[in-house]
Amino acid sequence: MASTSFVRGKATLPDLPYDYGALEPSISGKIMELHHKNHHQTYVNSFNAASEQLEAAESKEDIAAQIALQPLINFHGGGHINHTLFWENLAPSKNGGGGEPAGSLKTAIESSYGDFSQFKTKFNTALAGIQGSGWAWLVKDNETGQVQIRTYANQDPVVGKYTPLLGVDAWEHAYYLQYQNRKAEYFSAIWDVINWKAVEGRLK
Amino acid sequence: MAAQAKYTLPDLPYKHDALEPHISAQIMTLHHTKHHQTCVNNLNAALSSLSTAVAKNDIVSQLHLQQNINFNAGGHVNHTLFWENLIPASSPSTSPSAAPKLSAALTSRFGSVEKLQEKFNAVLLGLKCSGWGWLVRDIESGNLELTTSKDQDIVPVGKKPLLGIDMWEHAYYLQYLNDKGSYAKGIWKVVNWKKVEERFESSPEGVFGILSGLRSSI
Repeated sequence: MASTSFVRGKATLPDLPYDYGALEPSISGKIMELHHKNHHQTYVNSFNAASEQLEAAESKEDIAAQIALQPLINFHGGGHINHTLFWENLAPSKNGGGGEPAGSLKTAIESSYGDFSQFKTKFNTALAGIQGSGWAWLVKDNETGQVQIRTYANQDPVVGKYTPLLGVDAWEHAYYLQYQNRKAEYFSAIWDVINWKAVEGRLK
Repeated sequence: MAAQAKYTLPDLPYKHDALEPHISAQIMTLHHTKHHQTCVNNLNAALSSLSTAVAKNDIVSQLHLQQNINFNAGGHVNHTLFWENLIPASSPSTSPSAAPKLSAALTSRFGSVEKLQEKFNAVLLGLKCSGWGWLVRDIESGNLELTTSKDQDIVPVGKKPLLGIDMWEHAYYLQYLNDKGSYAKGIWKVVNWKKVEERFESSPEGVFGILSGLRSSI
């Protein structure tokens, strides 16, 4: 059988499911545009570049080069995954954003955190406690099925033992133009644009 | 138990708008009076909790406080060094000729001052986190090296910081947005080479000045 060369699909920037200005006043249109068109695009481009180098290293069976590329794959691949999940777990408040979780997600959150308000407080504390760049996530523990809040440094993605349900970007670029150093105000405002339906969909 | 020394926000050696157009007055004001001040406040609070824990022989609480102290004390040290190694572009100290001995050492190590700047900028742009880029001198060998520190980590033991550049997004975002390359390029116009030369020649304690006591407690 003739050998066929395998060409990997390139990662591409996903369209946002809403306009840049649609999350105002929680997140300004300018932030959304830069965040999506510039930051997320850079992760996509750099991930593709690193993937190409990885492919070349694999075809040369250069293990050292493959290992050396892992931090770049983790960072840019993580950035691509994290932002894609983030856009999807947000929604304009006039289009379903905000409010409270329902159904099995509500039950899971209450089982771990008592009630929604306590969960929100804990999530905001986790966000405020991030020292440096990173994300806070509500994740599902794949072994126990329980949900919990976890923080991740930089662009480390939620993989392995946990399934990502809800992510909030705590990098300064996610809020600085609008909130400057007052990040607690951003963490408080983001709850008005959480797409709980999307979050619940990930639990199933 | 002795009362814990309170750290205070140092005054800037220039006005908040003095580094324009390379760093805007709005950035400098927020960076100094909010971000740096928050590090100082949180550091004092953590040190006060630490005193309490020490007085109670509560070693677990002491350990829990370490990360907090590392972050906020590091933030205080790093920002203090940063303000001091910057100066308005109109100053003669922004010319590498204000640092003749260091320039010679940089030329011998990196080829030229311009090559050092290119390499330094590549290091800055390669950071995959909030953090800092540093020109350091290895205390034992005397060698000049480029290194990075994540978040608010200070440069490691055995290295003397000569020049630090803040690559947290709050250091440039209001002016440069995602174009951190332009920030990294522009900042060379306001580097205080005279100060960097002083650090090059100084003892490690001299570099940290009033902060040396703090450094040993991180």
